[in-house]
Amino acid sequence: MNKNDDKKYIYTATTLPIGDIVEAGTASKFYTGDWRVKKPIWNSKKCINCLTCWIYCPDSSIKLTISDIKQNIINGIDYKYCKGCGICAKECKLNAIIMEEEIK
Amino acid sequence: MIKPISSRGTIVAKTGNEIAAEAMRQIEPDVVAAYPITPATEIVQIFSQFVSDGIVKTKYIAVESEHSAMSATIAASAAGVRAMTGTSSQGLCFMWEMLYIASGLRLPIVMVEVNRAIAAPINIHGDHSDTMGARDSGWIQIYSENVQEVYDNIIQAINIAEKTQLPVLVAMDGFIISHCMEIAEIYNDNAVKLFIGEYKPTRYLLDIKHPYTLGSLDLQDYYFEHRYQVAQAMSHANKTILQIANDFNNIFGHEYHLYEKYKLDDAELGIIIIGSAAGIVKMAINELRSKNLKVGLLKVRVYRPFPREYIIKDLAHIKAIAVLDRVDSCSGAFAPLYSDVVSALYSEGITTPKVINYIYGLGGRDINIEHIKSIYNTLNKILLDKEEQYNKINYINLRK
Repeated sequence: MNKNDDKKYIYTATTLPIGDIVEAGTASKFYTGDWRVKKPIWNSKKCINCLTCWIYCPDSSIKLTISDIKQNIINGIDYKYCKGCGICAKECKLNAIIMEEEIK
Repeated sequence: MIKPISSRGTIVAKTGNEIAAEAMRQIEPDVVAAYPITPATEIVQIFSQFVSDGIVKTKYIAVESEHSAMSATIAASAAGVRAMTGTSSQGLCFMWEMLYIASGLRLPIVMVEVNRAIAAPINIHGDHSDTMGARDSGWIQIYSENVQEVYDNIIQAINIAEKTQLPVLVAMDGFIISHCMEIAEIYNDNAVKLFIGEYKPTRYLLDIKHPYTLGSLDLQDYYFEHRYQVAQAMSHANKTILQIANDFNNIFGHEYHLYEKYKLDDAELGIIIIGSAAGIVKMAINELRSKNLKVGLLKVRVYRPFPREYIIKDLAHIKAIAVLDRVDSCSGAFAPLYSDVVSALYSEGITTPKVINYIYGLGGRDINIEHIKSIYNTLNKILLDKEEQYNKINYINLRK
């Protein structure tokens, strides 16, 4: 750990809240997308917005938006958090999501 | 240390298990989750009867295992209520990973633990193998010599846990204390409820106006600091325990310390022991004192945190000490209590007492007054430089 690393840790053992208590909702700061080996590719032309992938996603990586007729529709995949498990591709009956090799 | 029975309470005849259930009735925790195991079964069996009879308002959760019992207790405590459980031996082993979670999350859980041997070979009788294995889990450990101490320790444990924000385990020897009936003094329900007070957690998960995360991932960034906090809380707990013992003595008239000294102040030969076997050591001391032998006893009540800085003051003048462990750590070195005593002495530069380690009573093996007298005899030989081989573990009443 160098000196610059030290600066990002704002708590010491004295000021740190006890018992592993930190502020709520910190999972959003942790980008699990870094773990991905295979990447889901969403095809908007094949997708009928049945939301099956959104139901099955163990994270919250299927992004939704509101359509013109005020319905939830799929708006892509959140690669910050998608771990590449492939459940969405497996469950999609229309092959609107396929898994591809991650190239970084 | 029990004073002559005062007139403040009611005199009853109860076993260790019965009085533990009685203490729990008076404490009336919000949640109790437990699974039966010999010899601790009766505690929660009797208590569950109180629940079904409507005597207490406690929510009783009959779980499917000890792992679940501790998990449910942790969840209840984290949610913001007073939670208790009870177990023994294999049950404590099954709670293992959850023990560390209870202390790491700083939850003031109180557990009544009946000391019993650990399999294999299977054995239901008393020794300290179970709780000694959990000695590094961040739980405060309080041991009881008799039924009265079980009762008093459980009541004090509630306050200790809530003030230190550490879980507390109150232990008694299996069968010897848990199943033997003794005379004890129990106090008025209201007096006990007043002593423990109402539980007001500083933060709790069901407080939806102030949400926070509990039990989240804590890697290289802060895990070390969090464990340091547990260790610090533990090292500061002795003061809190003494303060609560003092308050307890003022109200109920029973005096407690971190450990009990019996004719130790002018002693040359000392025995250090934990739990019910202290009784026969006291008998042996009375007999030997009548023959003008300067013998004494130090009975450890609070083993975790180990009262290091206190104990050394009372041991420095002793010339030969025998530390009796009711557990064998199979370490190739020495048993736990011996290691703690010797490192406490050595760390303060006290190297004059010659300290010897004995292991006794595994699986409920008997220890009697003659054994204790022979230990004092050996200590006397060490004192006179007639015994050479004291730097090894000695086994009492083992058929070699």
